[in-house]
Amino acid sequence: MHLDLDQNLVRKARELAKEITDDVQKFIDLRSTDSVERTVARFYGIDGVDADGIPLPNSVVYDVKAHDGLKRGIAYWIANACVAKSMSPQEVAESVGKKEFSLVEIRPQKESIVAEKIDELTEVSIKKLEETKNERDDLLKEFGDPNQPYIYVIVATGNIYEDVIQAKAAVSEGADIIAVIRSTAQSLLDFVPFGPTTEGYGGTYATQANFRIMRKALDEVAAKVGRYVRLTNYASGLCMPEISAIAAIEGLDMLLNDSMYGILFRNINMMRTFVDQYTSRLICAFSHITINTGEDNYIKTSDPIDRAHTVTTSQLINEQFALKAGMEPKYMGIGHAFEIDPDVENGLLYEIAHALLTRSLFPQATPKYMPPTRYMTGNIFKGYAQNTLYNLVSVMTGQSIHLLGMLTEAIHTPLVQDRYLAISNAKYVFKNAKALGEDVEFKKDGFVQEEARKVLENAVSLLDHVKSVGLMASIEEGTFGDISRKIDEGKGADGVFVKGEDYYNPIIEKMEKIVRSGEL
Amino acid sequence: MIPNLDLRSIKPYGDQTNDGVIQLSFTLPVPAGARAREAAKTLIASMGFSDIQMVLSEDIGGDFTFFVVYAKTNKYVDYTSIKTLEVEIPKMGIEEINDKISKYLKRQVVIVGATIGSDAHTIGLDSILNMKGYHGDSGLERYKAFKVYNLGSQIPPLELVKKSREYKADVILVSQIVTQREIHIKQLTELVDILDAEKIRDKILLIVGGPRITHELAVELGYDAGFGAGTMPSDVAAYIADRILKKPS
Repeated sequence: MHLDLDQNLVRKARELAKEITDDVQKFIDLRSTDSVERTVARFYGIDGVDADGIPLPNSVVYDVKAHDGLKRGIAYWIANACVAKSMSPQEVAESVGKKEFSLVEIRPQKESIVAEKIDELTEVSIKKLEETKNERDDLLKEFGDPNQPYIYVIVATGNIYEDVIQAKAAVSEGADIIAVIRSTAQSLLDFVPFGPTTEGYGGTYATQANFRIMRKALDEVAAKVGRYVRLTNYASGLCMPEISAIAAIEGLDMLLNDSMYGILFRNINMMRTFVDQYTSRLICAFSHITINTGEDNYIKTSDPIDRAHTVTTSQLINEQFALKAGMEPKYMGIGHAFEIDPDVENGLLYEIAHALLTRSLFPQATPKYMPPTRYMTGNIFKGYAQNTLYNLVSVMTGQSIHLLGMLTEAIHTPLVQDRYLAISNAKYVFKNAKALGEDVEFKKDGFVQEEARKVLENAVSLLDHVKSVGLMASIEEGTFGDISRKIDEGKGADGVFVKGEDYYNPIIEKMEKIVRSGEL
Repeated sequence: MIPNLDLRSIKPYGDQTNDGVIQLSFTLPVPAGARAREAAKTLIASMGFSDIQMVLSEDIGGDFTFFVVYAKTNKYVDYTSIKTLEVEIPKMGIEEINDKISKYLKRQVVIVGATIGSDAHTIGLDSILNMKGYHGDSGLERYKAFKVYNLGSQIPPLELVKKSREYKADVILVSQIVTQREIHIKQLTELVDILDAEKIRDKILLIVGGPRITHELAVELGYDAGFGAGTMPSDVAAYIADRILKKPS
């Protein structure tokens, strides 16, 4: 099935989205954040916590910031200390954690030697990341990429070891992607917690150790079922780039990563989010991590039919930000969702139009499709039926990343049988309707074609408006999700700074060079 | 009520009066097979069920077995002895509320809403407060009688109390969706404690809502009312108007 879209309009939409993001990118390029600097520290091998439980990447960045040295970038200070003290970055960080010395107070070493040290540390880090990426790519080839839509389920017990048990059960029943939901409010922490964790609320903390534990478990079960299993986590929040960094180090396949989600739904400062998302996505682009964007959230708060064009608008903006980070389209999980009120007449037709529009606008991408949540009730039997329709739309419109709806959505985190029932439902529908999309065409000027056309037209006018006022001002106006955020408000604003003239971020520069030259 | 029913001893109704039929579905952490089935039956029998019909026992992976069972319970309940605590909601439409508030209170009722603590979910709160409301039932912002401040998600209880003072709130409306490990109890209690400590608890109509909130629980925690799943904005509006108007000023 295909949509008769006005290709000139599609081109115009993309051009507008590009111009909108060009403006923001200029803003981004001049700035860095605490989290971006902590990311560099992590890539240089700094990990662990000090005696007070503060993560060492935070300790070193805080130390340099407190002494007003961060404008130069953390890389220089770490390398300078390594040379002066003949220590590794980790040893340096441990000493800073113990307050033995401050990085800024160490005497500047000979520039050429420090530069050499920076190159060496960067080289080692990049090489390791490339090895991990190649290992993942090879495994994917070896086990084979499953058919789309990929069956994506969540685990959210709060305990990583319990998550592993449930994830393995889900994979043996047919899950292709396991997402470990994060503990409520982790997005608002300005640090990444450390070590394996067994307590969380509504999910499990994203930590490097937890990533490693689940990665290992999934690789084991993948070998058993003979199918590649993807691991997903969440990079939204105050630590977007750091989460991407530990995901890249531990070989995750996907990250929730939206250029505006944190601003709108977590009230994280706009400047912080824009700057952070760039580094975060660059790492994803470099390490072949698929990003999942968060447009589904808009229509949880505003009307899914009237405001469908805001989803399209944001999708196009997210795509442009991802392209700026050097990302290939196949790693873009462009988000949308089936949130239409089940009482709406022809709701299914609206939904088909919207889902097909996403698929048609991003033919090279891997759209991420989200199930009903807003109109799920305690009637789990009806909920199961709603999910069946959702599964049908997904397979017929050719979605890629298919997040399974749970019949107990809005009641509790999924029980083990909820997940099983959801997988059975999806497998049943996907198999029964496998070729439906190839066999059906929608009537010219019929309901579906008209609706898709209308949404695209509305998206173009909205993009026109956003272009004229600027993206940041349009967020202030409440354009997305009917939520308004001011440029200087929100959490994490104090962690944004303008780079100094001598600012240097060798890891980011190296990654930019590699993704842009297509060396990968 | 169905005629000729002895309300002192009612049982679940499957397809005959008092047949006691219940459908159950659950998982045991053991591999599927005859032994798993027998274990499930034994478990159900121990709960006071008879006529156990196991219609499904299925391997759901990872050495788990899922069961669907129909069985008859030997328990009954005396309906006449059941007492519940329910929020009394008067029937009042949007116009009536607006008229009465402007006539008797002569100002707007100030309502401050938030989700507190770690809860990031604003769906419930927004459905009740936002202009648009829920399923065609207008939210409180639509009422001229109300001045609504929606503070959004993850507001620390202390901050909520501070804002309520600042806005001179008549009503605080808290939404709690995440209830894992009883975290909501802790947060809701904290809010009451702060209001008590600041000696303003009596001045404020304190309401909590959420899918797993009951009026009984709310009252137990020191709230004036609790609204659970299925609550419409108009229910909350009528309750607030009624209570504010009845309040001795």
